[in-house]
Amino acid sequence: MRNILPILAVLAALAVLWYAAVAPMNIRGALDVADRGGAEVIPAEPRDRFEQSAWRLMMANPDHIALGYSLDRPRLPTPVQVADELWNTTGEMALRGRAMSKRSLIYHGWITLQSTLWGFALGTVLGMAGAIAIVYSRVVDMSLMPWAIISQTVPIVALAPMIIVLSSQVGIEGRGVPKAIISAYLCYFPVLVGMVKGLRSPGAAQLDLLRTYSASGVQAFLKLRLPASMPYLFTSLKIGIAAALVGTIVGELPTGAISGLGARILIGDQFGTPLAIWAALFAAAILAGILVTLLDLTQRIILRRMGMQA
Amino acid sequence: MTSPVISATSLDLTFQTNDGPVHALSGIDLEIGKGEFVSFIGPSGCGKTTFLRCIAALEAPTGGMLTVNGMTPDEARRARAYGYVFQAAGLYPWRSIEKNIALPLEIMGYSRAEQAERINRVLDLVELSGFGKKYPWQLSGGMQQRASIARALAFDADILLMDEPFGALDEIVRDHLNEQLLELWARTEKTIGFVTHSIPEAVYLSTKIVVMSPRPGRITDVIDSPLPKERPLDIRDTPEFLEIAHRVRDGLRAGHAYDD
Amino acid sequence: MSWLVFALVFWIGAWALNASLANWRWRGTIGVRVLIPVLFGVTLIVLWEGFVRGLGVSPVILPAPSTVAGTFAASTDILWEDFRQTVLKGALSGFVIGALAAFATAILIDRSTFLTRGLLPIGNFVAALPIIGIAPILVNWFGFDWQSKAAVVVVMVFFPILVNTVQGLRETDAMQRDLMRTYAAGYLDTLIKLRLPAALPFIFNGLKIATTLALIGAIVAEYFGSPTRGMGFRISTGVGSLSIDLVWAEIAVAAMAGTAFYGLVAWMERRVTFWHPSHRRN
Repeated sequence: MRNILPILAVLAALAVLWYAAVAPMNIRGALDVADRGGAEVIPAEPRDRFEQSAWRLMMANPDHIALGYSLDRPRLPTPVQVADELWNTTGEMALRGRAMSKRSLIYHGWITLQSTLWGFALGTVLGMAGAIAIVYSRVVDMSLMPWAIISQTVPIVALAPMIIVLSSQVGIEGRGVPKAIISAYLCYFPVLVGMVKGLRSPGAAQLDLLRTYSASGVQAFLKLRLPASMPYLFTSLKIGIAAALVGTIVGELPTGAISGLGARILIGDQFGTPLAIWAALFAAAILAGILVTLLDLTQRIILRRMGMQA
Repeated sequence: MTSPVISATSLDLTFQTNDGPVHALSGIDLEIGKGEFVSFIGPSGCGKTTFLRCIAALEAPTGGMLTVNGMTPDEARRARAYGYVFQAAGLYPWRSIEKNIALPLEIMGYSRAEQAERINRVLDLVELSGFGKKYPWQLSGGMQQRASIARALAFDADILLMDEPFGALDEIVRDHLNEQLLELWARTEKTIGFVTHSIPEAVYLSTKIVVMSPRPGRITDVIDSPLPKERPLDIRDTPEFLEIAHRVRDGLRAGHAYDD
Repeated sequence: MSWLVFALVFWIGAWALNASLANWRWRGTIGVRVLIPVLFGVTLIVLWEGFVRGLGVSPVILPAPSTVAGTFAASTDILWEDFRQTVLKGALSGFVIGALAAFATAILIDRSTFLTRGLLPIGNFVAALPIIGIAPILVNWFGFDWQSKAAVVVVMVFFPILVNTVQGLRETDAMQRDLMRTYAAGYLDTLIKLRLPAALPFIFNGLKIATTLALIGAIVAEYFGSPTRGMGFRISTGVGSLSIDLVWAEIAVAAMAGTAFYGLVAWMERRVTFWHPSHRRN
């Protein structure tokens, strides 16, 4: 909590930088608007403006700079514009009772969240199962682990369109399943690695102690390895859920998606409405933040009840 | 005594902690002359390490006066007046032994030729010649500690401060290193401040033994050792040795009497 | 059908062989350690081939590995062109720029604990976000060609590398810093001789994560606009025009590029941080 002040200071500095950057980024758009409105613009021809740098244009037309802060289709929206658009497509719609309309980010966020959670669940189960197999079977350890590592160096995004096509060919309706698969793919590796580390974390002395009690394999697992792996598990779950969200959005990006935050980004790009893109991005960021924070809280509660963490 | 190398007058150091003030050092009066070998011994919390760190300007006293070579400890530190040996060897695993010893020399701006000459000289002093190109993890604990001592000897500092350097080693290696340290001291004539909690070690090595006790950290006894400078290991069985050890033990017990 | 049977028999045989190898006396040797996963991989490919041929799966849905290999051999010029565009121009340049920027930022903020305490949590947070969504905006700003792809990669790799470098620079223990004080060493000496070498394991951790992110960023950015070349371009148009075998060939190139990139960084890590306990086998 003592970090609050530095964090706020850095955020404030970033906000200032952002506001300052809007002027040069939007100057051409601003001059276009001023031109159409009949005001004098130097140089008058759009073609000539294209040649000159943003700084020269700003210095030549200081009165029109302010227009850049309220464009309809800004190259760089101001924080206020983004917040406005966010509010318009979420809170305001909810207040009007239309939270789940097709234009509401809440609806799209919900679509994305569903796939993310399914992918996260699948990835976690696979990761934990894989970890247990790796720790308890040498064959699996030596054959699977290198491939698990390699699988992460393969860009799943290359496979994403493929998975979507495949699943539709096989007869699976909609994009929910392929998105969940891509999510799970990105999510299982951090969980696997973290769980393996955690299951292997008890020292030789502790394992020997259980052997002196003639504890069975299952007992050793439940009483020692599993509890010992909890801190590692939670750390990787937090990485995993962020990865699952990225996976869902990546699954929504290739052409054709119509619902989900990734789809909103795609549509915003296709229709040339940058504000929609920015709002969807921030919505995704907020969603990521909420998910990771929820996991963090769960971690604190569970570990405290187990007596493991301060 | 000719002007002392290290002089402490009514030295105080109080830490402010969550549980109230901790008097790590209280009213320390001590003078250490040139060429002396002074051991500091006492139970944990008696301030022996804290005092050494004050001399090294790694801690700042909250009261009293402390001079090193006639300067403040920080001035002495910047003049590179002493070498410090920690409890752990603390060698850089990414540098060979030679390069580890070269570390202070690089920082202090010695030329390459000078560095090479000094490295060979101190490797010889601690009997590690031939191990220069090895890496720390390839050496045993005792050898690593010798390399750490060599590193402290490489540059020309008159004072050597050692904080329980042999604490992590087994008895036999420790005996050997104690002997080597005395030989080294005889050859280099440095002033040595040595922290330990082993009574035989303190008595064997020193010309002066400072017995300290905790809460507050203070000196309970200063013993000038009558033992000769030339000391084979079996001097530890002589009656004179045992007498001094006895006196040290009494000093330690006296310091503890308030706790039990 | 016979293909399917053969594939299943191969699988069982290979598994049995792997099981015995894993429990063999010589399992620790590098030869066996490589053989087992390779055998596993080969088994997967044989299963794939047997599955496709045995069940007569349409090549539009899932082509057999042999078909893909054929297309691969026939289209090396296209594949090479795409590789150059996406991996070399997009991913690699973005990776280098992003890493240098992150490195420089870490050292700049290192001097101020205030800035570090403020930036580290923010950096951790941003590193968890779906930064990939920024791709269309950057294509909008930087144009269709490789520069926007490199820009996406820069943004994606910046935060993980920054966070790891800052953490690595903080890791020096008190005793080492005290030792530097006894040498009256200045900030620069302490940074170059102690803290940077000590931070290298962390920095490489960040770099390895960044290699996977770089390739992902470059490919996804191409889904949003690209000149008529590039791996992402080829994959998305290939899926549309049902040249699935070319798509799989591109995926194979992506897999090899990703593995090679990661392997290269891992090799550099082993050479530079040879002294770290995790690399020493004692």
